[in-house]
Amino acid sequence: MKKIATGNKAVAEAVKQAKPSVVAAYPITPQTEIVETIADYVTSGQLASRYIPVESEHSAMAACIGAAITGIRTFTATSSHGLLYMHEMTNWAAGARLPIVMANVNRSLGPGWNIWAEHTDALQERDTGWLQVYVATVQEAYDATLMAFAIAEANDVLLPVMVNLDGFSLSHIMQPLDTVEPGDFIPPIHLPHAIDTANPTSYGGLTGPNDHFRFRWDIERSMRASVQVIEATQREFAKRFGRTYGFTEDYRCEDADVILIAMGTFGKEAEVAIDILRKEGIKAGSMRIRWFRPFPKLDLAGKEVVVIDRDYSFGSGGVLATEIRAQTKQEVYSVIAGIGGQEVTYDDLAEFVRKRRMGTEFWFGVNANV
Amino acid sequence: MIHPRSLFAIAKSFQELDTIAEIPKEEYIKKCTSACAGCSSSLNLRYVLKAAGPDTVLVVPACCTSVIQGIYPNTAMNIPVYNVAFGAAAACASGMSNAFRQAGKKTNVIVYAGDGGTLDIGIQAMSGAFERGTDFLYICYDNEAYGNTGMQRSGGTPMGARTTTTPTGKPDAKKDIDAIIAAHDPPYMATACSAYPLDVYKKVQKALTFRGPTFIHILAPCPPGWRYPTEKTIEMGKLAVKSGMWVLYEREYGKLTISAPSKAAMKKQIPLEEYLAPQGRFKGIDAKTVEILKQRIAKNLKRLVAEEAAP
Repeated sequence: MKKIATGNKAVAEAVKQAKPSVVAAYPITPQTEIVETIADYVTSGQLASRYIPVESEHSAMAACIGAAITGIRTFTATSSHGLLYMHEMTNWAAGARLPIVMANVNRSLGPGWNIWAEHTDALQERDTGWLQVYVATVQEAYDATLMAFAIAEANDVLLPVMVNLDGFSLSHIMQPLDTVEPGDFIPPIHLPHAIDTANPTSYGGLTGPNDHFRFRWDIERSMRASVQVIEATQREFAKRFGRTYGFTEDYRCEDADVILIAMGTFGKEAEVAIDILRKEGIKAGSMRIRWFRPFPKLDLAGKEVVVIDRDYSFGSGGVLATEIRAQTKQEVYSVIAGIGGQEVTYDDLAEFVRKRRMGTEFWFGVNANV
Repeated sequence: MIHPRSLFAIAKSFQELDTIAEIPKEEYIKKCTSACAGCSSSLNLRYVLKAAGPDTVLVVPACCTSVIQGIYPNTAMNIPVYNVAFGAAAACASGMSNAFRQAGKKTNVIVYAGDGGTLDIGIQAMSGAFERGTDFLYICYDNEAYGNTGMQRSGGTPMGARTTTTPTGKPDAKKDIDAIIAAHDPPYMATACSAYPLDVYKKVQKALTFRGPTFIHILAPCPPGWRYPTEKTIEMGKLAVKSGMWVLYEREYGKLTISAPSKAAMKKQIPLEEYLAPQGRFKGIDAKTVEILKQRIAKNLKRLVAEEAAP
């Protein structure tokens, strides 16, 4: 069904169709519209679920954990400081192998208070064992949320999935949304280690070094196995609903000499910049990283690479640039832009490519070249 | 008067026991725990679980019980135990209870948390769960310090008690968590003590008949922490009650009843010194602190008696 929706509404719509039994959430700008919409679905009977209005994000994730271990589907949404506040429990959720789905509306971190887009919040969750996907359109926010449940709950994965959408520049903008009838696209949840009072056991108790080490490896084993599950789920989604997604979204990359790489809305807006550059005779292409965990295998051999980071790891560099350098062993031109909602236009994106200086880092709007 | 929580109550009948001999023989903690000798919190848990029965899940934050239950892949527990981060027990139980109820299951969800996990780091999640009317039983077993990490002071440590972080005695008073819980107006709350297992059993049984949030605060004397010989663990609990340092009562829909052992103790109260003297943690306590403790006991008893007598 075709409609017009915000990124937040698109996520809520997908959650309604995925039918989680428990949703526990706490409000935070710019995510609040997601949980308000879900609370309304529950109250009005459109979604047969329990909505737990917890007193904090730490408790939101704890409640999802307590609910999920009974073998039911759960969802929560957060942003920025909310995500950081639940950090202890995001680790617990992954370690406990619970397929919780969470929408995170990417927002900067204080101080000072800034409610606009930035990816540092989710990237600080990089090492928790959560799968992370970054979306760029309202349609994709919806599609990725539906797929997140199927991927998280797959027996070879059983890890939580975080769907990331840029604060305001996606959460609050209106775009066309084509909803689907999911049918059996998301199979009924089956958690093999669900609590069963007829077959009692202890969960997460004292664990010695060797067993603990094995459990850590098991998370990585599943993270690696999730690659095939993601591919299969995206293939199945394309087959059923006609929209195709990959680990990355590549635009005019085939014959490109220079590739502009970004995540989230910048990654989509880059396509406009690429068209501008092509008209100027610059053979440029763009690559939007969709899945950050598991991180995709990139083939950038023989190409110059410009990476835009809407985040930063102080004392190291842009997180995405660092990942790409580590994986491809290639030098990049690292652009830090858009943090805290800084305005970056198509022309700015094109200019980053034109003025690239490989092996250097550039803070947009701060200095000419660092 | 309609109690706000009475809307959530369900009548679930249960057979009230008269003697300890009538307590069921089924054991839900096997004889292979890693509890310290003379541990009264594991004794408490034994009776808690007998009263709750097999259709129960225990939610345990970081505390002595995290260790007592045994090391993976072994467990001494014969009911499902969900271990969770220190400040998260009540929120985790909140999710679990909602999930069970949504699935039409009546499974008891019981938080079993220490004083640190309740009075300190877990208080926010607990307050939230009580305010939301979560259908669960929250049990705080109180050994009056962070026992698992080697006896550091907690909000539950009484004034004058030595811990590893209050080497000359705690200068501050014990936090009155029961008053805080009472302010949430739960349908049922009680205090208990490991030295009175039948009372523990009955109170747990009763708490689980209510739909909604219920609370039991159980004093759990701790030989290594309080520094008394292990064989005195029951005696120590009895001295706490007999001196009035710990008062047993229950509050049903806001109506307070002082429990029989404390009623008896009030008629023939022993001097506080008889409770303090056998414990190494109170060694060298000054007369002024003892006087403050005595005043607190008198004030607390007066308050409870007045509340019980109120119409």
